[in-house]
Amino acid sequence: MLFIKCPYCGIRSQNEFAYGGDATVKRPELNKEISDKEWDDFVYNRKSPRGKHLEFWHHISGCRQWFKVHRDTATHEIFKTLKPHEEL
Amino acid sequence: MTQEFRLKDEGLIDRSKKISFKFNGKKYFGYEGDTLASALIANGVHLVGRSFKYHRPRGFYGAGVDDPYALVQLIRNNETIPNIKATEQELFEGLEAKSVNCWPNVNFDIGGINNFLRIFLPAGFYYKTFMWPKSFWYRIYEPFIRKAAGFGVVTHEHDKERYEHKYEYCDLLVTGSGPSGLASAYSAAKNGAKVILAEDKPRFGGSLLTSEVTIGNQTGKEWADKIVTELKEMPNVVVKNRAQVFGYYDHNMLVMSERISEHMPKTEKFMPKQKLWYIRAKEVVISSGSIERPIVFGNNDTPGILLSSAAKEYMKVYGVLVGKKPLIFTNNDSAYETAIEFKKNGINPIVLDSRKELNSDLITEAKNLGIDIKFEHVVVNANGYRKVKSADIAKISEDKTNLGKIENIACDCICVSGFWTPTIHLASQSGGKTKFNKDIDAFIPSQSKQNETTVGSANGIFNLNDTLKNSFEAGYELSKKITSKENKLSVPAVVEKKNSKHDKFWCVPLPKGKKYKRFLDFQNDVAVSDIELALREGYRSIEHVKRYTTLGMATDQGKTSNLNGLQLVSNIENKVVPEVGHTTFRPPYTPVSIGAIVGREVGKHSKPTRKSPMHSWHEKNNAVFVDAGLWLRPRYYKKGNETLFDASKREAENVRKNVGVCDVTTLGKIDVKGPDAAEFLNRVYTNAWLKLPVGKARYGVMLREDGIVMDDGTTTRVSENHYHMTTTTAQAANVLSHLEYYLQIVWPELNVNVVSTTEQWAGAAIAGPKSRDLLQKLFPETDCSNEGLPFMGFIETKLFGVYARIFRISFSGELAYEVNVESDNGNFMWEKIIELGEEFKIQPYGTEALSTLRIEMGHVAGSELDGRTTPFDNSLEGLLSKKKDFIGKRSLQKEAFISPDREKIVGVVPLDKKTSIPEGSYIVRDANAKLPNPKLGHVSASCWSVEYNNPFSLAIIKDGKNMIGQKLFALSPLKNKSIPVEIVSSHYVDPKGERVRS
Repeated sequence: MLFIKCPYCGIRSQNEFAYGGDATVKRPELNKEISDKEWDDFVYNRKSPRGKHLEFWHHISGCRQWFKVHRDTATHEIFKTLKPHEEL
Repeated sequence: MTQEFRLKDEGLIDRSKKISFKFNGKKYFGYEGDTLASALIANGVHLVGRSFKYHRPRGFYGAGVDDPYALVQLIRNNETIPNIKATEQELFEGLEAKSVNCWPNVNFDIGGINNFLRIFLPAGFYYKTFMWPKSFWYRIYEPFIRKAAGFGVVTHEHDKERYEHKYEYCDLLVTGSGPSGLASAYSAAKNGAKVILAEDKPRFGGSLLTSEVTIGNQTGKEWADKIVTELKEMPNVVVKNRAQVFGYYDHNMLVMSERISEHMPKTEKFMPKQKLWYIRAKEVVISSGSIERPIVFGNNDTPGILLSSAAKEYMKVYGVLVGKKPLIFTNNDSAYETAIEFKKNGINPIVLDSRKELNSDLITEAKNLGIDIKFEHVVVNANGYRKVKSADIAKISEDKTNLGKIENIACDCICVSGFWTPTIHLASQSGGKTKFNKDIDAFIPSQSKQNETTVGSANGIFNLNDTLKNSFEAGYELSKKITSKENKLSVPAVVEKKNSKHDKFWCVPLPKGKKYKRFLDFQNDVAVSDIELALREGYRSIEHVKRYTTLGMATDQGKTSNLNGLQLVSNIENKVVPEVGHTTFRPPYTPVSIGAIVGREVGKHSKPTRKSPMHSWHEKNNAVFVDAGLWLRPRYYKKGNETLFDASKREAENVRKNVGVCDVTTLGKIDVKGPDAAEFLNRVYTNAWLKLPVGKARYGVMLREDGIVMDDGTTTRVSENHYHMTTTTAQAANVLSHLEYYLQIVWPELNVNVVSTTEQWAGAAIAGPKSRDLLQKLFPETDCSNEGLPFMGFIETKLFGVYARIFRISFSGELAYEVNVESDNGNFMWEKIIELGEEFKIQPYGTEALSTLRIEMGHVAGSELDGRTTPFDNSLEGLLSKKKDFIGKRSLQKEAFISPDREKIVGVVPLDKKTSIPEGSYIVRDANAKLPNPKLGHVSASCWSVEYNNPFSLAIIKDGKNMIGQKLFALSPLKNKSIPVEIVSSHYVDPKGERVRS
């Protein structure tokens, strides 16, 4: 069970959180003409790296804030957690 | 029966407390402080079970967690518990246990025939034999093998015991209370650290309980007792015995199972049987000690053959002799301690030492005591079936390949010592690397991954002086990192005997022409010949050899067998052990009860139960409840002998004819507030929201980004910047997370807040042609006319002085309203509705009638919005705005989503107007077509239409629009039904929607 530092609440156990996917994916702007490929890359295509991964988590049983976690997918080491609009 | 193998006064048991127990139906006596194993041995019982594969007689091999044999079925407090280790189970008055894996009994076991068929049962036998024909596997092979294999029997009763979970945080967790554990815990605790010390046995002290050493001016045991007493009194220390730390997980979380009451005849009320501790430790000291290795020889599994350290523990802790004519077979010094202990108790052992004659403190002491020692001698084979009777011994050449003349000597036990294997399981589970230490022929931890430090014999250090020094140091350094204190203790002086070098010898060769079984893995019956076969057949990776032969895969996880298996593989392969590597250590270190893992979350407690404020009214009025997610909802209100079908039909008919009321509190409700709320809704929903006036509700559909319908519901504009959103009961939590995601991550510029208000409001849907008349009675001051409160209108008002909201929305297709009041007033509202509704023949209706009403109206719900359907499929295209963008809109352009033969929602009526169509049925053109019958779609929901008094279903089928009027078939292979049907519009009743607007 991971130990995750919510940027708002501090260190809590994994069972308070829900995983929320790749945090490097940006939603295309509204009303913008885009190709099928760009849309598919946003909706479906994800890398599944072995190693460092920037991802969203949701403090679902806590403050209900979404935030970013920089984690190693192989070792589960968490390098840093950030608020949604902070960059690494 | 007398305990003829009990010593007069040695041991830590309490001879003043005699305990009676039963084993295989026979009554015996032991003492308080005994384990089941020690008490049985005291009574001369060595045959405890039969082996897994060959059903060979098996006895005791160890004295603790390392024992691979002594699994028994325990009967405690009228419950039967399988696979309890007799070496760990403490004796209590009235204990009852039975042997497992034998029939009819342990002395005469039919399965023992496997032992004589063993040449037909080598490694991989099952893989090779039971492959063909394939269909035989399920019907014949598997049930047969299941019956023949396995140990204890599980009960089919509920486990009545209580198991608890506990979460704990500490600076330092110490796993094991031997000298290294005590020293680290003590030194860290004295330096101010918050320490948890865990010991799996009932007694603290580990090897100090049985070794002849002096620490300071005390014996080892006295020193251990003193340290434990002091630790227990310290407020920053938690000391636990009977507590096994069995798993090391991510981010320094360890899990420990504490046996709270298994050593008592029964559990007191509210006392748990076991407690599972989730411990988040800043630092971990692994002081798990080491386990003695066997030496492999012919028939080395015969009862009466056991580890030399176990024999010593039985004498020194339990005051029990494992035999009166002992043979001691060793490749190192530590077995001499056992020999000396026998001698002190008046027994004359014979020691066989594989090494060339040499001297050391212990060997000299043994010689001085007159113990018979045969150097360069080995046990070749043990004789005896249910108990060892004699041993074939021989001189062995220096290169360990040639045996001299074989001699037979009588014995009643053989105590084996093949040196020591550090218990590195936890260190390895943490993700740390291991390395092979040639000096001790075993793996030790090398590079740590998490915050753990391994000390003492778990780290391959087998002398007490270094152990104490390193452990005091580790405890100090680790605690200093955390507490920043520098209170360092001095290490006490140690007097111990120096050991000479062990012999790198682990397996006795077979004499010419003999084919003795030499066992490596005692619990899974894996012999040397099985490993040899696997390698001959081409298995090279140790992980493959393990799986093919099942070496180390039994419940003891190869505690005694792993290294000897590796030695064998490396010898055959002409490699050294580190090249072969070892298999992965995984938690749990020892088996854990499923009950302990589940904890208190059983039965009703497995999840919370959500009840509406009107729940007790429903109960009093014979509601039959159904689970709707976590909610309990009335499914129908039973009158007399009504069935579900009768009751739901009556309730639905009454809504169509008069008026009904339904508890809709469970619907998800979300408050959406802020100046940009309208813009936000406009992006979330597929239809237009910017122009919705205050005081109006609108039906909306929301998609996921992949174009699939996520949820639907009505949202009402309560005031300028305040909307009240409703979701389906099932999707409420997901929708809230979805909204939060877009507000916090995608569009943070929108000034909007969302919060769940599901539990703040109690809701009642009042539906039916007479609902307006009733509403007017409930709200006499309010204009409830079609003009005053039109379809999709909303007003805030008072219900007899209580704040209320009325929404004119309908799920049933009838003229209908939904009234919300604050939860605390829910029951008041409900009772008022029932009271005033009496004159309109009101009846409450449950979810079954609710479904009937929506299905025959063609309203979609969860069974259509099943996470696979688009708005087109559900005929919701009218709600897709062409003018604006919204979540998921771009996906709707995808070719597959706009393909003309996509599935679409339709209605289905059986031609005979009688046969109900099972939900999930396939719609096909030809009922008798060759399989696989091309499927047009499936039936999503079925009901008995109260409007037309015949069955009606909704289905989602290919090219549904053009199928209307066609005669097809509904097939249900599960129910073995084939029903001729006609496809009709999904809007079966009131297709123009006139009633809701009337």
